[in-house]
Amino acid sequence: MTVTEDRPAALEIGNKRRRKEDQRLITGRTKWTDNIQLTGMLHIAMVRSPFAHATITHIDTAEAAAAPNVVAVLTGEDVKDEQGSLPNAWAITPDQVTPNHPSIAVDRVAFAGEVVAVVIARTAAEARDAAELVDVDYEELPAALDLRESAEDKVLAHPDLGTNKSAFWQFDSEGAGTGGNVDAAIEKARADGIVIEREYRQQRLIPAFMEPRSVVVDPTGEQLTMWSATQNPHILRFLLAAVLGMSESKIRVIAPDVGGGFGGKLQVTPEEFITFMAARRLGKPVKYTETRSESLMAAHHGRDQWQKLTLAATKEGKVTGLKVDLIADLGAYVALVGGGVPVLGAFMFNSIYKFEAYQFNCTTVLTNKTWTDAYRGAGRPEATFAIERIMDELAHELGVDPLEVRERNWIKNTEFPFTTVCGMEYDSGNYEAATERAKEIFGYDALRAEQKQRRESNDPIQLGIGVSTFTEMCGLAPSRVLGSLNYGAGGWESASVRMLPTGKVEVVTGSSAHGQGHETAWSQIIADRLGVPFEDVEVLHGDTQVAAKGMDTYGSRSLVVGGEALVRAADKVIEKAKPIAAHLLEASVDDIEFKGGRFGVKGTDQGLAMAEIALATFAAHNLPDGIEPTLDSDATYDPVAFSFPHGTHLCAMEIDTETGGLKMRKYACVDDIGNIINPLIVAGQVHGGLVQGIAQALWEEAVHDDAGTLVSASFVDYLVPTAADTISFDIDHTTSPSTTNTLGTKGVGEAGTIASTPAVVNAVVDALRPFGVNDVRMPCTPERVYKAIHAQDGAESGGGATEGAATPHFDEADTADRTDGSSL
Amino acid sequence: MTRISVTVDGAKYSDDVEPRMLLVQYLRERLGKTGTVVGCDTSNCGACTVHLGGRSVKSCNVLAVQADGQDVTTVEGLSQNGELHPMQKAFHECHALQCGYCTPGMIMQSIDLLNDNPKPSEAEIRDGLEGNLCRCTGYHNIVRAVQTASGQESKADALEGSAS
Repeated sequence: MTVTEDRPAALEIGNKRRRKEDQRLITGRTKWTDNIQLTGMLHIAMVRSPFAHATITHIDTAEAAAAPNVVAVLTGEDVKDEQGSLPNAWAITPDQVTPNHPSIAVDRVAFAGEVVAVVIARTAAEARDAAELVDVDYEELPAALDLRESAEDKVLAHPDLGTNKSAFWQFDSEGAGTGGNVDAAIEKARADGIVIEREYRQQRLIPAFMEPRSVVVDPTGEQLTMWSATQNPHILRFLLAAVLGMSESKIRVIAPDVGGGFGGKLQVTPEEFITFMAARRLGKPVKYTETRSESLMAAHHGRDQWQKLTLAATKEGKVTGLKVDLIADLGAYVALVGGGVPVLGAFMFNSIYKFEAYQFNCTTVLTNKTWTDAYRGAGRPEATFAIERIMDELAHELGVDPLEVRERNWIKNTEFPFTTVCGMEYDSGNYEAATERAKEIFGYDALRAEQKQRRESNDPIQLGIGVSTFTEMCGLAPSRVLGSLNYGAGGWESASVRMLPTGKVEVVTGSSAHGQGHETAWSQIIADRLGVPFEDVEVLHGDTQVAAKGMDTYGSRSLVVGGEALVRAADKVIEKAKPIAAHLLEASVDDIEFKGGRFGVKGTDQGLAMAEIALATFAAHNLPDGIEPTLDSDATYDPVAFSFPHGTHLCAMEIDTETGGLKMRKYACVDDIGNIINPLIVAGQVHGGLVQGIAQALWEEAVHDDAGTLVSASFVDYLVPTAADTISFDIDHTTSPSTTNTLGTKGVGEAGTIASTPAVVNAVVDALRPFGVNDVRMPCTPERVYKAIHAQDGAESGGGATEGAATPHFDEADTADRTDGSSL
Repeated sequence: MTRISVTVDGAKYSDDVEPRMLLVQYLRERLGKTGTVVGCDTSNCGACTVHLGGRSVKSCNVLAVQADGQDVTTVEGLSQNGELHPMQKAFHECHALQCGYCTPGMIMQSIDLLNDNPKPSEAEIRDGLEGNLCRCTGYHNIVRAVQTASGQESKADALEGSAS
């Protein structure tokens, strides 16, 4: 009988543990999908449409098929009986119009970049050479490119459907019983309060993960194995089986090391289906790796919404109602969850505020552009941007500090839990504390004083200060809620804990990390929960053969849902071990207490370590009756509620009024994400999120020409910011633990992106207020800023409208030169 | 086909290559040096950065035949006798990577930067890394890692993650 040392109960959670994942990543011993080489492996090159909308009149593949080492050339005609339609998992209304989506176009292409033929050859270079020889005749069709015109069915993206409108989805607080009548609120405010109407344009963005998508399929052996640079190995396996007609148990999907996703790799893609079909057909391993330009053209895009807001408030600045009319561009096809992105945003338009009435009207439209889907924040950045921009307008109208108007409307820290006008129950939060701390680390008062001084002295360099308070919903999602929204799957997550006979712990998670550091954070949780050394925990993920069940990683859900599943699995192990410990220690189960990794007998120094119980259950020589050998457990957790991280972000921008040049002076934020497992990982998530959100405000836009061709189809034109464009950030946290999960965590992956975009644009507009400017369209390029300063009518820049002027009309063809070298 | 002889990470190789073969393809496909990766096709992202003759180059922008007779170092050749290079250590210590795809190129470029300028300012570090894109970290911790590797105080992280 060994007497083991007590370990303190919480050694790991809250530690800045350096990541376990790093070792392989910093030494180049990584397993990216494109690294995989298999005997006899063939390579695919795609032939993609140069036209946004065209009929395919003829394809001649003879020359390509005769090229050196070409094994096969496939067209849509060749696979039309097996390819089915790419899946859409979220029909937001029962009558949603969902176009059939072939992996390889058969007789018509609906966006530039769509696959029309596939060449399979011995090497990637030979496949690409031969792809040049495929001769496709097209007859161009008029293309639907403008989302607002598309909503009017001026040009049809799919003529056979008869309409571009995919769905109309509404939330109305009066109808839902969560608030009042919004039209009445607006009418009342027109009579004796304030009404502000604004239009905002969420430009189209590209997730632009650093690792291009890659897929390898090995059809040899009893099971077909697919490696894919995906966020969703489990969902992918299920949908491959469902669409391509193969038993799910015959398919194994592995997401090896995956180089970023940000939502962009949650899609089930034509490229995966095509590689699957090619390998199955040829009986040989096949690989496809996209080029960057293919990635920018064909991997899904994000955002792309037009928003019209009508805000009603009292003369004191208390918001009484908000009406949102929104058009979301789905692109040519309804992506996996693309139709639902605006719906995710619908519940966030009231943000941290107590609105009395709310109505959200959303039309999703089809256009002849790349399909859109979730990109970091998925709906919440769009909602947060719009409400934070218009709250600034309200502050300006009232002549008060933007933080003041927020305070007059936000939910007070004494009012939690609070049910919002959308029917969401916010469990915890403290907007006062986060804001106070943010002001402190930002130096708010000093910067406001400097701004005043610059304004009074007509300094050519004006200072703008932008405020963004936000909340978002993570922990996607309670399955019953998803069901009520017509979503096609659940929102649970699974975890397994296996105590190995050596005393080591093997953890299996159904989430699928691609940069988030699950191996480290999960080890920390288990180390504390089971009282084992951090180093002794091995975390396995991203392989459907290892993690049999999973819902994968997106929407800042991994820790909040998967972490809770992990805690429950660990607790089951403890519960199973207790009677075994009692049996071995010859004590009553009621007298056994588990603390610091040790099962002790109350009031004695007798005890056994977790590792000793693990070995005893493995040997199984002396177990109590009815106890099964080995010490392991599974848990599947379906969240009871969403979690609601929040924060206050502050940004100072310097604007050169003579040139329109922009420079970020300072950025500070305080996020309340509940309890923190690893502050280092959290800080990294915040930094990365901030830059992606700042990039939407200042640089990034997927630009198409008048024919619907993506002009920003390389990193020369699609401006992903560099280290030289950005600054270091001041970040901190306040903590209101979530009350709906054991760990008290809330999710952090998207926070920075959601909050930073409006913080930056509010700062830009704040700097330009003396010039009568109340909006600058994103991305806020120097050219747009310059035009806004000098605009007389506001039409040129989508901004610069003066008080009382009509809402600026956005010229959709405004594709100003983006490569202007603007820099922070 | 052209005959080339190259030393990569201390080992000598002789191969017949197509003249159009890029150095990065040679490293990855012929030598199995998959630590070096490709992130774009316009030499903007820097994920493929290696050292050629001791200086950083984007190996997607160099033909394999141009490396004939030269020394190439990749991220896989940085560790000596099982000991990580100080820059690798600094990236780990400062959490300067998340998904890790840009990391090999970022590390190789950072080493070259310090070879040129052993005590760079933050602005000099940011300018020196302008040819390397990262989508995960927001660069904040990458800058800190280079500061740390240069033996300079990096921006204090007292404000970061105080979970109070």
